[in-house]
Amino acid sequence: MQLLGIYHYWVFAVLLMIGFYAVVAKVNLVKKLIGLSIFQAAVFLLYITMSKVSGGTAPIFSESAAGQLFSNPLPQVLILTAIVVGISTTALGLGIVVRIKERYGTIEEHEIQEIDRR
Amino acid sequence: MLLAPMLVLLRPRGLAWAAATAGSLMSLAIACLLAAGVLAGEEFRYAMGGWEPPYGIELRVDAFSALVLLLVAGSSSLALLAGKRSLDMAIEPDRQPLFFAAWLLVLAGLAGILVSADAFNIFVFMEISSLASYVVVAGGPDRRALPAVFKYLIMGTIGATFYLIGVGLIYMMTGTLNLADMELRIHEVADQRPILVAAGFITVGLALKAAVFPLHVWLPNAYTYAPHAVTAFLAACATKVSLYVLLRFDFVVFQQNLTGHDQQFAAYLMPLAALAVIFASAVALFESNIKRLLAFSSVAQVGYILLGASLVSVGGLSASLLHMFNHALAKGALFLAVMGLAMRYSELDLRSLAGAAKRMPWTMSALVVAGLSLIGVPGTAGFVSKWYLVSAALDEGPVGIALVAVVVAGSLMAVVYIWRIIEAAWFTPAEQPAEAVQEAPAPMLVVIWLAALANVYFGLATGLQRQLANDAAVSLLGHLP
Repeated sequence: MQLLGIYHYWVFAVLLMIGFYAVVAKVNLVKKLIGLSIFQAAVFLLYITMSKVSGGTAPIFSESAAGQLFSNPLPQVLILTAIVVGISTTALGLGIVVRIKERYGTIEEHEIQEIDRR
Repeated sequence: MLLAPMLVLLRPRGLAWAAATAGSLMSLAIACLLAAGVLAGEEFRYAMGGWEPPYGIELRVDAFSALVLLLVAGSSSLALLAGKRSLDMAIEPDRQPLFFAAWLLVLAGLAGILVSADAFNIFVFMEISSLASYVVVAGGPDRRALPAVFKYLIMGTIGATFYLIGVGLIYMMTGTLNLADMELRIHEVADQRPILVAAGFITVGLALKAAVFPLHVWLPNAYTYAPHAVTAFLAACATKVSLYVLLRFDFVVFQQNLTGHDQQFAAYLMPLAALAVIFASAVALFESNIKRLLAFSSVAQVGYILLGASLVSVGGLSASLLHMFNHALAKGALFLAVMGLAMRYSELDLRSLAGAAKRMPWTMSALVVAGLSLIGVPGTAGFVSKWYLVSAALDEGPVGIALVAVVVAGSLMAVVYIWRIIEAAWFTPAEQPAEAVQEAPAPMLVVIWLAALANVYFGLATGLQRQLANDAAVSLLGHLP
């Protein structure tokens, strides 16, 4: 298996783990959300990588389309949907962080837990 | 039901609740019609936009979908009917239309998952329902709901993203997203390893969403600090829908195609399910907040459901599906009764609830009936599913005996924690002055009792759900070679 030929997948795995690490290890809520975004971006990369056909061009239908090699459009469409879902999630998450800041005065997770414990 | 969110956004306050309830009841009517059709032997299919599957997205309703649809629509309707006063107290009037719009989106998303036969469509609806449920859980005045929702959001999104990775890997290997088509094509795939990896990702992702031990940590806080009507709705159905997707994927797509998958499935899930039952019930024994106690009990019940499913037999699987239905009834009724208590008591701690039964006898009695159903006393719905679970486990030999021990231990712990609630309410003298507390408002009481009596009814007239569960189990397992 050519390692260099599939380097997109390596990048996917690395980004996935960076994002996951940020979600788990960071204490600041905004940093967690950034990690979540990186995590989701890695998945987008996976889908788009799989849709690219060697030598294929953009999958736009036209009169001269017959006989041409196209990249697979389906994963691209799936990923558009997933990007939108990711944006909504990030927006909602940031909205919650704003509310937490209003109600708790801090966005560090350990401080919030400390406040709740009292 | 997808139109309703738009309506609700436009209307002024009191009407928002009415519109949401009307939408919910319409869904319930449709769910009943679908269930009736499925029981008569038809399976409903619909190709979106006229594009035939596998190119187009297909919607399909069969026994399994109809069973879970009934309880999703039913719990939403009951929670809305009972919850008007409680939600009026919890949410400011100018935010109510938005809140009910989000509620209807949760309902629409959950129903959408249940009728989709396409893997990516399931993902889209799963995220619709999840995002809307984050909004709805954070809707109340308790600020502790906010960090709880944040954790729920992070874990839920990671779960959904894992599911997405799994679906992507399967698409890479089979070229299709339609579940039935996947089943056929996985046979022809030369390299099974990505499929295995995909199975792993999908299982973990859905387990995160379904609150399988040890990925359940978001559930207790989210259920405890959410507005009470929301807890009644979500506790009854949100995790069940994720379990539905998990079981569908495992049995339809993976089982027969991966050699030894049924052993792998059982080997991973059985211990986790047993641990869920034991640990979650044990934590519930020591909890003092009644909502958190019941939330941990929910984690244990998810364990029961998976225990049945991991037996990979018709008996085990139909017991597991039956338990989905019965637990939704029991937990829904329990949380509705807690909502009734919350109308009069501001603190839901067992100490503050001392002597509640003298002031609110009707509410507490409904809670006891639902609690008995949770334990599995004969005559209530919970008994039926536990009976099936035990008899299915006994068919499995020595491992089965151990599982029966787990089920019995879990039920005994359920007796203890329900007893703690009863003891606090009936046998502990009240501390606060008597005049402040009276019975819950009458309309709420009617619905609470409706839910509690439904437990008894479905415990005695078991035909409907047994038939659906059995049909579903047979069709899921019928795909096995």
